Amino acid sequence: MAMAMGIAGSDAADDSVADVSVHLTRADRVELLRTMLTMRGIEQRALNLYRQGRVPGSFYDGFGQEAVSTGATFAMAAEDRICALHRDLAAHVVRGTALERILAQYMGRATGVTQGRDGNVHFGDKDLGVVGMVSMLPDMMLVATGMAMAFKLRGEARAALTFFGDGSTSRGDFHEALNWAAVQRLPVIFVLENNQFAYSTPLAKQWTVEPIERARAYGMPGVSVDGNDAEAVFEAVRAARERAIAGGGPTLVEAVTMRMHGHAAHDDMRYVPAELLAQWRERDPIELQERRLAAELDVAALRAEVQAAIDAATAVALRAPMPDPATATDGVFAEQAVPLGDGRAPWSGFARTEA
Amino acid sequence: MPELTYLQAISDGLRTEMRADERVFLMGEDIGVFGGAFKVTDGFVAEFGEQRVMDTPLAESAIVGTAVGAAVVGMRPVCEMQFADFISCGFDQLVNVAGKMHYRQGLAVPITVRLPSGGGFSGGPFHSQNPEAWFMHAPGLKVVAPSTPEDAKGLLIGAIRDPNPVVYLEHKNLYRRVRGEVPEGSYATGFDARVARAGDDLTVIAYGAMVHVALEATAPELLDGAAVEVIDLRSLVPLDEAAILASVKKTSKVVVLDEANATCAAGAQVAALIAERGFEDLDGPVVRIAAPDVPIPFSPPLEQAVLPGVERVKEACRDLLAY
Ligand SMILES: Cc1ncc(C[n+]2csc(CCOP(=O)(O)OP(=O)(O)O)c2C)c(N)n1
Repeated sequence: MAMAMGIAGSDAADDSVADVSVHLTRADRVELLRTMLTMRGIEQRALNLYRQGRVPGSFYDGFGQEAVSTGATFAMAAEDRICALHRDLAAHVVRGTALERILAQYMGRATGVTQGRDGNVHFGDKDLGVVGMVSMLPDMMLVATGMAMAFKLRGEARAALTFFGDGSTSRGDFHEALNWAAVQRLPVIFVLENNQFAYSTPLAKQWTVEPIERARAYGMPGVSVDGNDAEAVFEAVRAARERAIAGGGPTLVEAVTMRMHGHAAHDDMRYVPAELLAQWRERDPIELQERRLAAELDVAALRAEVQAAIDAATAVALRAPMPDPATATDGVFAEQAVPLGDGRAPWSGFARTEA
Repeated sequence: MPELTYLQAISDGLRTEMRADERVFLMGEDIGVFGGAFKVTDGFVAEFGEQRVMDTPLAESAIVGTAVGAAVVGMRPVCEMQFADFISCGFDQLVNVAGKMHYRQGLAVPITVRLPSGGGFSGGPFHSQNPEAWFMHAPGLKVVAPSTPEDAKGLLIGAIRDPNPVVYLEHKNLYRRVRGEVPEGSYATGFDARVARAGDDLTVIAYGAMVHVALEATAPELLDGAAVEVIDLRSLVPLDEAAILASVKKTSKVVVLDEANATCAAGAQVAALIAERGFEDLDGPVVRIAAPDVPIPFSPPLEQAVLPGVERVKEACRDLLAY
């Protein structure tokens, strides 16, 4: 309702959303919205396919958290490297993974990013500088730290970024990564996706001291931002990357958000208080960005454009074959080592520096 | 006797021991009010309280390590890994702290670690593993793997009562698919093998979910009436060597079946035992069936190609019978 009034309203003063970052053009802002819409649309499509029995295994999504992976990845350069986790589909969209390959991935098709070897969100396109997650959380914090270590060793102006959840902060690897990165002043950005729950476990059972406080104790800045505002996440990560590239070391960015769906599709999340969900529903990241752009953008047209792309990708993915069982034992060992490639980096700030 | 699913039998075993012994308590991620990822501890908080059905932080090393600590001061902790795969994150505490404690210091560590294991439902490389061999290789750990509801309860109670660290593998694919009569009340099943079906012509040695595959694949009508014996190992450490060798002596032909990756698997240990001590009794090569050495893939055609199934076992038995 508030949104509809905003669009129709005269000067919409009460409803307008302030810009958070001076580093974003209007085209950037539209791109952020397009990316979030794409993530949500792909995940909704995949969830439908799951319910139709076309997606095997279990199904995880990042509904309501689209701003985090969108904003954070948007701030990363082509030559930077990213570890994307299970709520971060937009990271793949920003980096340029084709939508039909993502949908084929969910369905276990031969044309999926992992060719059916791994499932759902367990993927990363190596050619686009993304390392797919393993389930063991938060193992990727150390992998990201290691990528940053190599960049520093070689004197390269590049950074690595990893996502991780609130529950993951309880594992020893969280400590090991933060400590190591701080001791060696590595160009790595740790994006904590605080979505209030780890499966059924609330924050109160996970920690007594806020992670951003702990970041300071390790010797790095800890900043907390509105995880439902893609521009706020972007700005925090952009600043963290700038620091990292300048030799300032790691940053922990906490994006405060909410897991609006169950842990996975089977989970009715009865343990989440209804009022909490209702509060967060008012703060939908996509609606926020739409309000920000409402005066200057035909939001309906953009939505239709995104939906058309998803429909086309679905058709392609559905035509793709299942993997050949004869290939089941292929690929355990490499014949040669090829490092990760560069990804897409659509932020206009990079275009300026490259031009 | 009530009929329970494999999963209900595990719950029943936990409940029975918790009622009988107040030293027994549970630790795991989301096992409290939520009742666990697979609902094994559904309703437990209401009966036993949050202290004895403890929701832990996401921290497997801490779950196993604090269990060791609690055990050496007199408690009987039972740890749940949300999936067996995540025991890799608690490996050190289990293998180096728990497993070696008694040998080094004469100090017993009576903990049970429950591992929901196995594939067959597109869980992919991190939710399908059968990690038993890792722990067989580590001295000081007992390793059990029930295949029936009756044994699921009895082996669990046996594990909790055992004064040693016991790794308890519960196969996810059996949770709701397998039902059977389960004795009421308290009973501990010994850590030895059982004859799942007696026969004279050939022996299939298996454990966990593969016992059901073995039984199905060797139904007499599928094998021209051959009488195939199926041995359910139930315990991998200790390994019931006498039962294995007795069956080899009786049938002279053996197929060893594992769902786990083939190299250094439980089945490899069984095959080595037979080669060393049953050679004279053999009338054919020891045949092994196991998953090839690849991560368990997600996509159904790939997963089915990797996991041992009824057809593969039947063909192997047919060939060996004709040998
Ligand atoms: C080491 C480890 N233990 C257990 C699990 C099972 N598991 C999967 S997701 C999850 C909750 C993760 O919570 P959080 O880190 O907050 O991320 P979220 O899913 O909320 O995004 C758990 C316990 C796991 N993936 N890794």
